[in-house]
Amino acid sequence: MAEVAEKQVKAKEPLFSKQNKGLMTDPLFDNNPITIQVLGICSALAITAQLKASIVMALAVTFVLAMGNVVISLMRNIIPSKIRIIVQLVVVATLVIIVDLVLKAFAYELSKQLSVFVGLIITNCIIMGRFEAFALGNGPWKSFLDGIGNAAGYGLILIIVGFFRELLGSGTLLGFPVLGNPIEKTGLYALGYENNGFMLLAPMALITVGIIIWIQRSRNKSLIEN
Amino acid sequence: MANTEKNSYTLLFAVLMVVVVGSVLAGLFGSLNGQIKENQKKEKKQNILFAMGITKATISKNQDDADLPVDASEADKIFEEYVGDNQFIIEGIKATKTNKAFDIDVKKQGQLAKKDGYVRKLPLFIGSVNGKKSYVVPLYGKGLWDAIWGYVALEEDLKTVKGAFFDHKGETPGLGANIKEKFFYSDFKGESIYSGAEFKGITVAKGNNDPTNQRKDDNKVDAIAGATITGDGVTAMIKADIKMYVPYFETVKPN
Repeated sequence: MAEVAEKQVKAKEPLFSKQNKGLMTDPLFDNNPITIQVLGICSALAITAQLKASIVMALAVTFVLAMGNVVISLMRNIIPSKIRIIVQLVVVATLVIIVDLVLKAFAYELSKQLSVFVGLIITNCIIMGRFEAFALGNGPWKSFLDGIGNAAGYGLILIIVGFFRELLGSGTLLGFPVLGNPIEKTGLYALGYENNGFMLLAPMALITVGIIIWIQRSRNKSLIEN
Repeated sequence: MANTEKNSYTLLFAVLMVVVVGSVLAGLFGSLNGQIKENQKKEKKQNILFAMGITKATISKNQDDADLPVDASEADKIFEEYVGDNQFIIEGIKATKTNKAFDIDVKKQGQLAKKDGYVRKLPLFIGSVNGKKSYVVPLYGKGLWDAIWGYVALEEDLKTVKGAFFDHKGETPGLGANIKEKFFYSDFKGESIYSGAEFKGITVAKGNNDPTNQRKDDNKVDAIAGATITGDGVTAMIKADIKMYVPYFETVKPN
């Protein structure tokens, strides 16, 4: 498996060939890790109550997935297959700890904002999924693009869900009130509008993701299974 | 290329991997730990100052900064100015003035206190703002997922809350994590921890018909929807931790 993939890379192709571009754009829509592969759902439910948290998580996953994919890809020929899952776990955990330590030492404010998210990255199934399904069989450059693409697809859904949950649940975006003040009844609240507290709870994230899947499949019938 | 299927290779790979990863992480931690500790101390100073109302706005005179802590780079200097040596270790009703109070780990003291006969060392920081004393008590407790902690500053009467600061290790963003938001901690300002002569603490209460917190003598603030357990944790932490200081406060309280 690994050798076949290597031969493909050896047949020189431009850095951004059509196939390589596809690695980055496919996961955004028709092969989205959340809505099509249904991976990474746990974090998509847990942290999308606020838009800011969604954005930060998306960036953090992008870094870890791209770096991890490259590291695994570079080691793909020497990793013993019996313990490959353990090796993948070690790589992702190491990267996450390095990020955490460096942030704490040099960007303490930012590390406080990230708090639990850095640790949560380790449990993200997309990361292990891409290591196992892609990086183990492809070269570093392709793996890097695949990592960026999948993290972007994941981040896109996170940001969409975070946007609607924060807007409808708290009436704010990135912490700024956009619908008026719910206590003093200004803006939209003057007309009798109320925040939907249910949006802040995890089940509504699942329903929001479900609606995105519904829209996506109704626009592209080839995604529907028989 | 070695045969990657052999058991001996697998074993060797695993051992090497652990050694390499272990030493890289240990080395990195060793070289960064000093800096991280320094950052944490500064944060603690920022939080103590914040609880007693010294914010970035106190320094910059710009009211837009009122919700921000003082800059980390200036925390040492400003802490020295407002608190300085006015740190005490309380044991029962005995107070010892010592700079070591700042270094006391409240969590560790809580664990030590489980042993019989151990008298817990309680740190107390007394700041003076515009000639008035404020007593800052550190708190430590449990939220839903992990630890929560905070600082409550009391006015000179040792009854009224001057300000509060809360933080958490891993509460749910958008729910329990909101204890560090202004709409939550600002409700504590002006609340009384006594009901008459009895120590009550402050309860984070649901449905107390006072969402804008007009009543300051009911020992209650409005809870956060969807964060019941974190709120209960804050209630419990305030009740338990401030209560330990009450015997000492009774000896210094003005009448």
